[in-house]
Amino acid sequence: MATHQTETVAGTDIIPEPAVSARRISKTYGGEVEALRNLSLEFPKGQLTSLLGPSGCGKTTLLKIIAGLLEPTSGEVEVNGRPVSGPGPDRSFVFQDFALLPWANVLRNVAFGLELRGVAASEREAIAERHIQSVGLSGFERSFPHELSGGMRQRVGLARALAVDSEVLLMDEPFSAVDEQTRRKFQEDLLGLVAEENKTFIFVTHSIEEAVYVSDQIAILLPRPSRVHEVLRPKGLRTKDVSDIRRDPEYLDMVDRIWASLRSYVE
Amino acid sequence: MTGTASFRTAGTMNRPLLLKLLSAVIVFGAWEIAGRIPVSFGFPTFIESMGALLAMMLDGSLFLAYVDTLRPLVIGLLISAFIGIAIGLWVGLTPWFDWLVSPIFIVMQAAPLAALIPLLVMVYGIGLTSKVFVVCIMAMPVIVLNTAGAVRNTPTNLKEMAMSFQGNERDIILKVVIPSASPIIFSGLRLGTSAGFIGAILSELKITPTGVGDIITFSRSIADYPSMYAAIFSIIVLAVFFLNLLEVVERTLFEGNVRGYTSD
Repeated sequence: MATHQTETVAGTDIIPEPAVSARRISKTYGGEVEALRNLSLEFPKGQLTSLLGPSGCGKTTLLKIIAGLLEPTSGEVEVNGRPVSGPGPDRSFVFQDFALLPWANVLRNVAFGLELRGVAASEREAIAERHIQSVGLSGFERSFPHELSGGMRQRVGLARALAVDSEVLLMDEPFSAVDEQTRRKFQEDLLGLVAEENKTFIFVTHSIEEAVYVSDQIAILLPRPSRVHEVLRPKGLRTKDVSDIRRDPEYLDMVDRIWASLRSYVE
Repeated sequence: MTGTASFRTAGTMNRPLLLKLLSAVIVFGAWEIAGRIPVSFGFPTFIESMGALLAMMLDGSLFLAYVDTLRPLVIGLLISAFIGIAIGLWVGLTPWFDWLVSPIFIVMQAAPLAALIPLLVMVYGIGLTSKVFVVCIMAMPVIVLNTAGAVRNTPTNLKEMAMSFQGNERDIILKVVIPSASPIIFSGLRLGTSAGFIGAILSELKITPTGVGDIITFSRSIADYPSMYAAIFSIIVLAVFFLNLLEVVERTLFEGNVRGYTSD
């Protein structure tokens, strides 16, 4: 636990109750590859927490353990005080490679989470329509994934995760497969989403700039085996206008500082 | 299948039809010329063969023959399709069943069928059962192995996606695994159907001469080559018809298949 230093700058920051807590998580693959060792981390309710670190540091493993897709070797995850034993209605997942059904149109893809939860066709389509509109894909309901651009496909993935209305959104490098301009737009939209919806976001990224730009809390993970090196909370960035954040001294300082602590781990 | 998709636009609709007609004219023209040279005493011209085909259709003997031929063929293909896909799903989903069953079908696919026929006749006699078996032995392995392979290779991210949205096992199989495997399952069905046709004719040549196999054997024995080629020709036409029928079934069941897949 020595490396886990929570840093609340000057104590002015009030951290909400955790919605998700990971307690002493270890994960060993096949008895030899140690992906995570004794990792503990709390994710405050209604905020966005980034998991940031070099590749191979177990960010995605941790996210999948929280999602209930992977079982930890030891330790446990609690969502709103209830221990996780598998995927649940309180969490939904946004995938790096979108994971859309290629044979289904946008409407069915967005409604697919609801379909698996047994929601009746007319009801789930009405909900899906609403979310398709909210991510800006109106008019594409009958299109198939291969007819959409990468950015539009990820909007479908996001709408699908929002449609099930879970408290926690797990995002696995959601913007890494889209182009730079689309990514910036997505990051701005994500800030709006965090502010509007009362949801807890857990966001895996390997981009330092992206993490500082979108996060309320950044957990820096270091590899082999993964543990939390540091938890940072940008103080004044969330009250800034989205277009001013990248010029803010706090933003620039924090990006530099994170790079300084990560650079020795990048081969 | 992507080929059909690119031809879906109305403007180019006539081109594939035209190409098909053109290739038919070339093939049949070459047949006619080869028959007229003649390349062999036993090789009739295209027109002679079609004349024989028409005659057999008019006196009804061709249709009677097909009643005999189609019975083991259709029964065998239906058994192979339904049981084959079911076994293939099971093999693809459970490693221990794969270990238990896959070798049987690999051996079945590799075994020289003609050598097995005497064995089948000894056990099941010379009736319908033996012929259905021959069709199944020909058709089933490729259906099972294709289905199993496709199921095993279901994209992990789609399965994880369905699990993360709490899909139960039945939903994941019906809504993710089967649709994702369906293009390869159907290509297995197409290969299985062609193999089934070979099996049906082989059984009529090797077990008891009935149906179309009888026409082929008999007309050869009396040197009525036009009828022999007409029978062979008709069976090819029927096989092509069956394969097209399968494509229609695939298009109705899995609409998304012909729309092309995302590249990533």
